[in-house]
Amino acid sequence: MSVSLFIEQLLNGVQFGVMLFLISAGLTLVFGIMNLINLAHGSLYMMGAFLAAAFVKITGNYLAALALALALTALIGYVMEKLVLQRFYHRSHLDQVLVTFGLILVFNDIVRLIWGVVPVQFRLPEPFSGSVQLIADVQYPTFRLVILAVGLLVALGLYVIVVHTRIGMWIRAGASNRPMASALGVDVGLVFSAVFAAGSALAGLAGLMAGSISSVQVGMGEPVLILALVVTVIGGIGSIRGAFIAALLIGVVDTFGRVLLPPALGSMVIFMLMAIILAWRPKGLFPVNA
Amino acid sequence: MRRNKGLAAIAALAGGFGVLSQGAVAQQGPIKIGYVTTTSGPEGVIGRDMVDGFKLAMKHGGGKSAGREIQVIWGDDQVKPDVGRQVVDKMIESDRVHIVSGIIFSNILLASVKPVLDAGAFYVSANAGPSPLAGKQCHPHFFGVAFQNDNNFEGLGQHVREKGFKKVYFLAPNYPAGKDMAAGFKRYYKGDMAAEVFTSFGQLDYSAEIAQLRAAKPDAVVIFYPGGMGINFVKQYAQAGMMSQIPLFTGAGTVDQTTLPAIGDAAIGMFTGALWSEFLDNPANKKFVADFEADYGRIPSGFASASYDTGRAIQAALDAIGGKIEDKAAFQKAMENVKFDAVRGNFRFNKNHFPVQDYYLVQIEKDAKGRNVAGFRGTILKDLQDAYGGDCNMAAAK
Repeated sequence: MSVSLFIEQLLNGVQFGVMLFLISAGLTLVFGIMNLINLAHGSLYMMGAFLAAAFVKITGNYLAALALALALTALIGYVMEKLVLQRFYHRSHLDQVLVTFGLILVFNDIVRLIWGVVPVQFRLPEPFSGSVQLIADVQYPTFRLVILAVGLLVALGLYVIVVHTRIGMWIRAGASNRPMASALGVDVGLVFSAVFAAGSALAGLAGLMAGSISSVQVGMGEPVLILALVVTVIGGIGSIRGAFIAALLIGVVDTFGRVLLPPALGSMVIFMLMAIILAWRPKGLFPVNA
Repeated sequence: MRRNKGLAAIAALAGGFGVLSQGAVAQQGPIKIGYVTTTSGPEGVIGRDMVDGFKLAMKHGGGKSAGREIQVIWGDDQVKPDVGRQVVDKMIESDRVHIVSGIIFSNILLASVKPVLDAGAFYVSANAGPSPLAGKQCHPHFFGVAFQNDNNFEGLGQHVREKGFKKVYFLAPNYPAGKDMAAGFKRYYKGDMAAEVFTSFGQLDYSAEIAQLRAAKPDAVVIFYPGGMGINFVKQYAQAGMMSQIPLFTGAGTVDQTTLPAIGDAAIGMFTGALWSEFLDNPANKKFVADFEADYGRIPSGFASASYDTGRAIQAALDAIGGKIEDKAAFQKAMENVKFDAVRGNFRFNKNHFPVQDYYLVQIEKDAKGRNVAGFRGTILKDLQDAYGGDCNMAAAK
């Protein structure tokens, strides 16, 4: 492997990792803070991609379409939390898994009804649909650089909000001791609804980013959900920092595993990594309540 | 008198049970076809074309054979071999179907075909044609109407060789059909391979593979990626600026009407191999394409055409034996010598129950309505048959 190829593959790995971070950030936020397993996270990812594709077609304006799609995905998440999930905060994880699995089926069929089973087209605006010369021999798709930038910005933004703002403090307070936070005048219900809506918007953001490079179709959220769960578990459930590092780790390991190992082993490598890390640190790399 | 009546009633009852146990009562019932395919998940788009093609064939046949109703029972394998097996088991054991068809993916077919054949029923494949079933494991009750998998890439291998490409990079998913397609391509291409890469089934991101192949500097890239995988690969290949650098080819079943709407204009100009084209000039095909568009509002894919041909072949064989599916030897013979107007043109069964057919070259272009279609560019191979027939001893097979 030449140096330029190594750099390109490293970039691919980091970009894939950042993509995974976008997907798992919302999941780990909801999982860790609200103690809610939301399998329908992948469905919100799918909704983000489909809505963005539809709005691009209707408005013709890429940025407006993205903003609309994000807002609508957040709204869908908000409504879902209010109508269904709120009733499941105090139920067992099994109940949560069952109800959110049911939601996956509902979302898939809604999408099937509206858009059909044929994957839909998601057109990228002209300056982003090509590639750029980074260094000699490395030509890189422009949009993947955009994904990289967006992912890093989101990571930074989440870190600042959760660790350095009052809202972040409420979120952490509500998570560690809900009755006490309530007694101190924090409207925990509202905070949780907001967190869930934000998590949904993050899933939608990941979906519309991914939709630009892969196919937008019914069920696109499920394979991604599995990877997001792996990232969440390796990083430590609820830890944004853990999710970021785990996502990068998995992105890079998966990319080089696919390139350097035989196919059967290459597709297993991230799960072997998960097994090793969990054997060493059963609560993940950055356990939240350690 | 009274006693005689009683005896007669008992005799009639006993006779009735006897008839029941011999299964002759079933002869009054419908001919049952179990159609198991993938209608859910990312590859569901292929299953929809399979189902619609078969439905249209049944509609054209009137849903009856020699006055006997043909009933189709639909099933979904969810792209999972274990689920496919369970659905097929149920169809065989509780629905008592006579014929099973419809499975798209070779790994699912290989997992599910045994209970069908063991129960003495027929499997008539509308898509998957894994090499073992064409060779050593061929079976009197197994027919592959669509193709033996290798066929999809054999003509393309010929074309790539004729165009003078000398260093080919091949990519496919890591499952039986992926291996078959690679074998088929190499059989007719005969030249040097830069690499053969098998990726995990259902992979979403191909950036690492594309970087590797660019570094290998091949003069052509050949892929087999059905369904969503094909959309992902072609989109990402175009975004990496590769379309203008290294020509991308594919055999049948990757860039077609199941994926073109999502790939968009990135595929314009691409050459692909095909076992059927919507522009083939024969009356059966014109009727098929026109009726399919009228009924379903879209252009059929190669998957739909093979499924339609499968339905028409079953219909023709049933009609030839007066709908008496219970006579298995007769149905087998009728299938072996089946005469019907295949929409793909030239068609007959080889000794191993797989087709002898022609292979075409198509190119992606815009039609008058601005849709992306596969324009017909000519015939690459005539009377193409698979390479495994020699390993098949049908008389000894069971």
